[in-house]
Amino acid sequence: MNLHEYQAKDILRGYGVNIPPGKVATTPAEAEAIAKEYGTAVMVKAQVHVGGRGKAGGVKFCKTPADAKEKATAILGMDIKGLTVEKVLVTVAADIGSEAYVGIIVDRATKKPVFMVSAAGGIDIEQVAAETPEKILYVPVDPRYGLPTYDAMRMGFFLFGDVKLARGAAKIMQQLYAAFMASGCSLAEINPLVVTPTGELIAVDGKMVIDDNELDRLPAIAALRDVSSEEPSEVDARNANLTFIKLDGDVGCVVNGAGLAMATMDLVKYYGGEPANFLDIGGSSNPEKVVNALRIITADPNVKAILFNIFGGITRTDDVANGIVTATKANPLKVPIVIRLTGTNEEIAMRILTENGFSASSDMDEAVQKAVALAKGGK
Amino acid sequence: MSVFIDKNTKLVIQGITGRDGSFHAKQMMEYGTQVVAGVTPGKGGQKFEGTVPIFNTVMDAVKATGANTSVIYVPPPFAADAIMEAAAAGVQLVVCITEGVPVLDMTKVYPFVKEKGVRLIGPNCPGLITPGESKVGIIPGRICMPGPVGVVSRSGTLTYEIVYQLTRAGIGQTTCVGIGGDPINGTNFIDCLEAFEKDPKTKAVAMMGEIGGTDEQEAAEFVKKHMKKPVVGFIAGQTAPPGRRMGHAGAIISGSSGTAAEKLEAFAAAGMGIAKRPKDFVELIRARLG
Repeated sequence: MNLHEYQAKDILRGYGVNIPPGKVATTPAEAEAIAKEYGTAVMVKAQVHVGGRGKAGGVKFCKTPADAKEKATAILGMDIKGLTVEKVLVTVAADIGSEAYVGIIVDRATKKPVFMVSAAGGIDIEQVAAETPEKILYVPVDPRYGLPTYDAMRMGFFLFGDVKLARGAAKIMQQLYAAFMASGCSLAEINPLVVTPTGELIAVDGKMVIDDNELDRLPAIAALRDVSSEEPSEVDARNANLTFIKLDGDVGCVVNGAGLAMATMDLVKYYGGEPANFLDIGGSSNPEKVVNALRIITADPNVKAILFNIFGGITRTDDVANGIVTATKANPLKVPIVIRLTGTNEEIAMRILTENGFSASSDMDEAVQKAVALAKGGK
Repeated sequence: MSVFIDKNTKLVIQGITGRDGSFHAKQMMEYGTQVVAGVTPGKGGQKFEGTVPIFNTVMDAVKATGANTSVIYVPPPFAADAIMEAAAAGVQLVVCITEGVPVLDMTKVYPFVKEKGVRLIGPNCPGLITPGESKVGIIPGRICMPGPVGVVSRSGTLTYEIVYQLTRAGIGQTTCVGIGGDPINGTNFIDCLEAFEKDPKTKAVAMMGEIGGTDEQEAAEFVKKHMKKPVVGFIAGQTAPPGRRMGHAGAIISGSSGTAAEKLEAFAAAGMGIAKRPKDFVELIRARLG
């Protein structure tokens, strides 16, 4: 789960990180009022779950409250990479001397949280990594011991020659690490970490990505989810315990297991079709999941054919068959359906489907080809 | 021969009285796996299905029965501790089926099991099966048959699909291992490839990867440098759209890594066979078995 900048900053403030004051506005008038309250120049920043906001025009410097109102009017409702801006953060503008980068991520290769720091922070940090990798220092952390001060200081001195700044940066890294671990993050970063002309260290932007597997035990973090910033069908699917990603094609796919779901989409494309979605109904099955899956898929007007690909292991194929029958009785389908199922209780599933006027195949390639042809209007 | 498990595997099941644990305990027993013990705290002294002794701790189970392998079906919040408990109790192999284990838990568990010298498979995996000898986990037994192909995969049902197609074509397997798709898992492709290379019964290897990370590229490098046996690979997610990425750290640490195209290129550079579709495994493997 992605957090908004303002949410990440609230968390980091709680751990002592020095961050300029800021408040969220959903209307231009609110943005103006917040700017007036601060009585100084502010930044108005789009709060959307996507990178490159600044380059898209979603981050603006505003000298006066009237200016903040005008910029907020332009940014609110703006479309950034397909996402509509619903909120802006109005925050006190900082005087920027230099910009550093401080990030931490769970690294697959070392199987540890790894810090990455660079004195060349700001929006082009990926370019820095690609072109001048020596400007980035990587420091893995053993989570059983935490981030020791000597490692934090090593990073501090990598960023700054001045001992006072190095100490300040080391402290911020320990605060960031504490927030990272306690919030169940898979990524947390401060970019830029700014040194002001007067030598103060401040975090001007912050990002956090939470491991979804942590949400059950961290209710306060889970409550930060902003459903208004997500695709409605994806929210609906998550509430029904389905993993769903909407795509642009016309073959609606219902599959069990992420690997098989991806392989099914690949096969749709291989045979000349376009998948309308990724949908994984998961391991343990019940007919209700299938009913929800069909509801979500048929709500997409682009879908011209529906393809079920179920390999029963934990999933019982008779549960899936019952789900299909229940769902289509309640809401008759307007598009053709192709069913492929094999595995646990296959014979029972086939009987249920046949008795209710459906046919099913046990061959994946055959089913995919048929669904692709039907989506194109063939028979 | 086979890898990791065989007819001498003596299994303890952690969470044997739970919904999933009890169902799969019966399935494994029916398949012929030596299930010697179960663990459910508070139910020590009882018996599962009237035959398998239940213990309060894995340590008690290992002492009493000589179990050398553990399989875990406990809910996600308790899975990390269950893995450490098994490793501390002295089993050689721990297989964690549980899905949804927080990755930060795994950053602590991984060094723990390494230091104990224990092999962990998973979490979030279907386990493994040596057809005709032993099954540990949830891979359906009837889709497999004994034969010369080693199978290793990051996913569950996709593995079943490919194993099923191999079996239908009369091509059997030495061992099928599902290593799981989580960012941090105990056993990777290379561990399995190395084991298959050493196993005299295995004549060819089928490997199924997915988009994301660099494990497949490193595996391809291993194939190129250290394997004499033929390997056929597949990558799921060739058509998956690039996700909306937040932050810079992921891109910095992995560069452009993780796309299907890059992984397939690595396979080709290693001289591996490339299955474009799951069904292509059948002909590619058959050709390599000679």
